[in-house]
Amino acid sequence: MNDAAQDIVIRSENLDLTFQTGDGPVHALKDITLDIHRGEFVSFIGPSGCGKTTFLRVIAALEQPTGGSITVNGMTPDEARRNRAYGYVFQAAGLYPWRTIAGNIKLPLEVMGYSRAEQDEKVRKVLELVDLEGFGKKYPWQLSGGMQQRASIARALAFDADILLMDEPFGALDEIVRDHLNEQLLHLWARTNKTIGFVTHSIPEAVYLSTKIVVMSPRPGRIADVIDNSLPRKRPLDIRDSPEFLAIAHRVREGLREGHS
Amino acid sequence: MPRTVVSVLTVVAALIALWYAAVVPMNIKEALTSAERAGQVVTPDSAMLRRDTGAFTLITNNSFAIPATFNQARPRLPAPHQVLAELWNTTVMKNITSKRSLVYHGWITLSATLLGFAIGTGLGILLAVGIVHSRVMDMSVMPWAIVSQTIPIIALAPMIIVVLYSIGIQGIIPKAIISAYLSFFPVVVGMVKGLRSPDAMQLDLLKTYSAGQVQTFWKLRLPASIPYLFTSLKIGIAASLVGAIVGELPTGAVSGLGARLLAGSYYGQTVQIWSALFGAAILAAGLVGLIGLAERKLLKRMGFGT
Repeated sequence: MNDAAQDIVIRSENLDLTFQTGDGPVHALKDITLDIHRGEFVSFIGPSGCGKTTFLRVIAALEQPTGGSITVNGMTPDEARRNRAYGYVFQAAGLYPWRTIAGNIKLPLEVMGYSRAEQDEKVRKVLELVDLEGFGKKYPWQLSGGMQQRASIARALAFDADILLMDEPFGALDEIVRDHLNEQLLHLWARTNKTIGFVTHSIPEAVYLSTKIVVMSPRPGRIADVIDNSLPRKRPLDIRDSPEFLAIAHRVREGLREGHS
Repeated sequence: MPRTVVSVLTVVAALIALWYAAVVPMNIKEALTSAERAGQVVTPDSAMLRRDTGAFTLITNNSFAIPATFNQARPRLPAPHQVLAELWNTTVMKNITSKRSLVYHGWITLSATLLGFAIGTGLGILLAVGIVHSRVMDMSVMPWAIVSQTIPIIALAPMIIVVLYSIGIQGIIPKAIISAYLSFFPVVVGMVKGLRSPDAMQLDLLKTYSAGQVQTFWKLRLPASIPYLFTSLKIGIAASLVGAIVGELPTGAVSGLGARLLAGSYYGQTVQIWSALFGAAILAAGLVGLIGLAERKLLKRMGFGT
């Protein structure tokens, strides 16, 4: 095995997924071939029904593909999950109202059987990562929507998975909060060097965050374009007004339009 | 807040006024019979004729007898103040160990209610856990749980008591079992709904941690079901009390609220019947109120509804 191959975290080859429904088969994913390398930030963008969330769920072994192959860290998605390969962040924070923020972050650690001392140490570490130091003893309802989503990211990071899968995590938040969280997420990514898969509806969000943008189109869900983002890794928010940024955003938009016709 | 108090009091006052208004026509015939015996002039003057005369005609023709309808010893419908006086006399004014104390009888019924409620709640939770985790139990137990509640308890209670008596079980246990029979059902229905209340996302989240069914139950399903449990418990405790009272009827029990109701109806003691009814209602309200209090405290601590 050469170095480049070892560097591949997620490899999907000719992946198909067909749901059998009452109205006949639905081709959620068709012929998805994609490599994701270590440390990449890959965004999946496309209209509803293009299979971007389904693909993320296949990586997480929450859906089973009906054709082709996929490996995560060289294993099947099921094995990868048992090896705690990834943390998953959903659209809603989904914190338990009966647990404190620290208690919520401990949830995966309890399930995985970490000791008390390890739990406390890891909670402290990830709370610092998402800028929520001092909020461990608060209950979810005492936090704003953006802070709750940050807590849910901390929960996904708590057990040191290499891969972070995020399904429209900021979709329900307003734009100002969203900008702030995007900036923080880049910061977090730079510090932890995780591989991130990120599903979004927003072109600026995809261009601002990613090293690679996967444009998808619906019926059947397939990849329309894969764009390597040439922007520097260090990105202040006002990079979004630069010509390079606008050029990439334009290409994403073109890809979306072609996929739709 | 004062507005609510005013409206509540208005409704109570209206109900009491309605009750007093009903007392007069219900009791007028007996009142006139006593008045006639006492030598007063009553129109019409024969009991036969009065029997065929409408209550409202009798009232208009004999308005002097109206006050008497409120203070009969064995009225058809006792007036509210008579029931209140009876309640007062049989609770505060009697030693609670006395056989004539409503507190004594209330305690007999309450102990069966609480035992039955505990059995019913435990059984209900166990069944719900089974139903949620096993498709076979869902298909086999749930229909029978529903069927069990379509049988009138008044028909089933004597059989339960007879069968248990024949195997030597009597006293509080048969009553508690009838109580449990009525109270397990709301707990099953509520807990099944509560244990299934976590949405797909919550379940997927635990799946990404490779959590098993047992962990999912303790960490997610059970805590999420607590609000549903309390709603069920409030219905269940009231049903338990009904069950305990019904369990006292067919045995000819000598103590308990059900026995008071039965004895009252044997001897035409309507005031006693009504005071036992109110005793049962007050007891039920107290029990439901206690559960409501625990519900508010616990759900607030658990962060629900805030």
